[in-house]
Amino acid sequence: MAVTEINGRSVHVDDEGFLTEYGEWDEDLAKLLAANIGIDLTDEHWRVIRFLRDDYKDRGETATTRRVQTVGGVSVKEQFALFPKKPGKKMAYVAGLPKPHGCV
Amino acid sequence: MRRLIILGAGTAGTMAANKLRRGLPKDEWAITVVDVDEDHLYQPGLLLLPFGGPVAEDLVRPRRHLLADGVSLLIGEVDRVDTEANRVALADGQVLGYDYLVIATGTAPRPAETPGLLGDEWYRSIFDFYTLAGAQALRRAFATWGGGRLVVHVTEMPIKCPVAPLEFAFLADAFFTGRGMRGDVQITYVTPLDAAFTKPVAARRLGRMLADRGIDLEPDFVVDRVDADRRMLVSMDEREVPFDLLVTVPLNMGAEFVRRSGLGDELNYVPVDKRTLLSKAHANVFAIGDANDIPTSKAGSVAHFSVEIFVENFLDHVEGRPMRHAFDGHANCFIESGHGKGLLIDFNYDVEPLPGKYPVPGVGPFTLLRESHANHWGKLGFRWAYWHVLLPGRPLPVPTQMSMAGKHPQTR
Repeated sequence: MAVTEINGRSVHVDDEGFLTEYGEWDEDLAKLLAANIGIDLTDEHWRVIRFLRDDYKDRGETATTRRVQTVGGVSVKEQFALFPKKPGKKMAYVAGLPKPHGCV
Repeated sequence: MRRLIILGAGTAGTMAANKLRRGLPKDEWAITVVDVDEDHLYQPGLLLLPFGGPVAEDLVRPRRHLLADGVSLLIGEVDRVDTEANRVALADGQVLGYDYLVIATGTAPRPAETPGLLGDEWYRSIFDFYTLAGAQALRRAFATWGGGRLVVHVTEMPIKCPVAPLEFAFLADAFFTGRGMRGDVQITYVTPLDAAFTKPVAARRLGRMLADRGIDLEPDFVVDRVDADRRMLVSMDEREVPFDLLVTVPLNMGAEFVRRSGLGDELNYVPVDKRTLLSKAHANVFAIGDANDIPTSKAGSVAHFSVEIFVENFLDHVEGRPMRHAFDGHANCFIESGHGKGLLIDFNYDVEPLPGKYPVPGVGPFTLLRESHANHWGKLGFRWAYWHVLLPGRPLPVPTQMSMAGKHPQTR
């Protein structure tokens, strides 16, 4: 666990840069996080991010790509288009949530 | 009379029924177990079957013979559970009332969820091995296969026994080496994970074992469809992996009645407290074994360790006492690596698999995260223990809670 500066703000992150405090995130921060991984946020991205934020608030864990499809209504294929190569990790990163469980 | 219904007579349901029959007075409690069929399958045996190991008769026993006296077995399909009325409706119209319900209906492969799997090539060039029919079809195919591109593929996590597809790849390497045709077989391991396995230390070791055997690793591959005509796995981002023979682990999901009853998450797993396995929604419903959503492996060892905890807690819970035992997520898996050797991994919710000795610290006889012959024999010997010790609910001489003794934490 470490504290890092993003655009002049101090936030807590894990060793891979995922935010660890739910309350430290806001939409301005999401834009910066997205820019870090080369993503320009569109309305479609926001739809996924808002679903992830709300779902985490309810359940206390990060939704999987399957849950974003089944409950959030955005197909895994669309998630790959929006957050290329590793949508599960990238969505969580931008939404300021812990990395989804590596389901063992 | 108080009524306990257990749905599912697999590993967890059978153990729980037998242990609870000993713990609950017969004049106060009726225990009924419901399953769709009569046959209890020793699922770990399916891994070895395609390579000429056990035959089907070695792996199947009548459920009835595995349940203690005083446990009723009812064969029927569950239509739905009504948690308001505390009733289970079966597809044939029977209705069973309960005071407590235990859901132990596990998880099952759903090849129909991936477009292109269940076509003309199913059981010709495309196989699963988590079903008796699939493992047998694969055994016949391997017996005459002339070689080519063998792809071992995992659709999506979580799956039952997450190490089994890796073991399958190791065993395939040994099998074709033994037949003198390894040079004619190209093996590729395709996974949605970003490495060979999830937990870092084990992922590194297992990844190295793939490389040592000349098995290619294709990570971060989330399958969209199978193009059976072109013999191609196609990913969500349009990557392609060609195969001549595909061994896939289809999407795993819990039972459909769980969804119909509004009891499940998006994969039909019942959300439970991960320490007690009590449903988050209903105070007289538990879900044990693979049927729940706890964040550890879906594996027989987890079913075993967690049922030990569950039974103790259940006896307190039904008498209105607090549940005093907490499951730690303990899993313990033998990994066959071929050529008569195997590895063992031991982990829980908080601690990843580490190297060391098990179950006696410093002594073993089993070696954690490293190949040995003893580990392989441990796995083979387990079938006997499964029928004669585990399912009857007798104690196995290994600790229920994970222990750090004898383990060597790694520096990253």
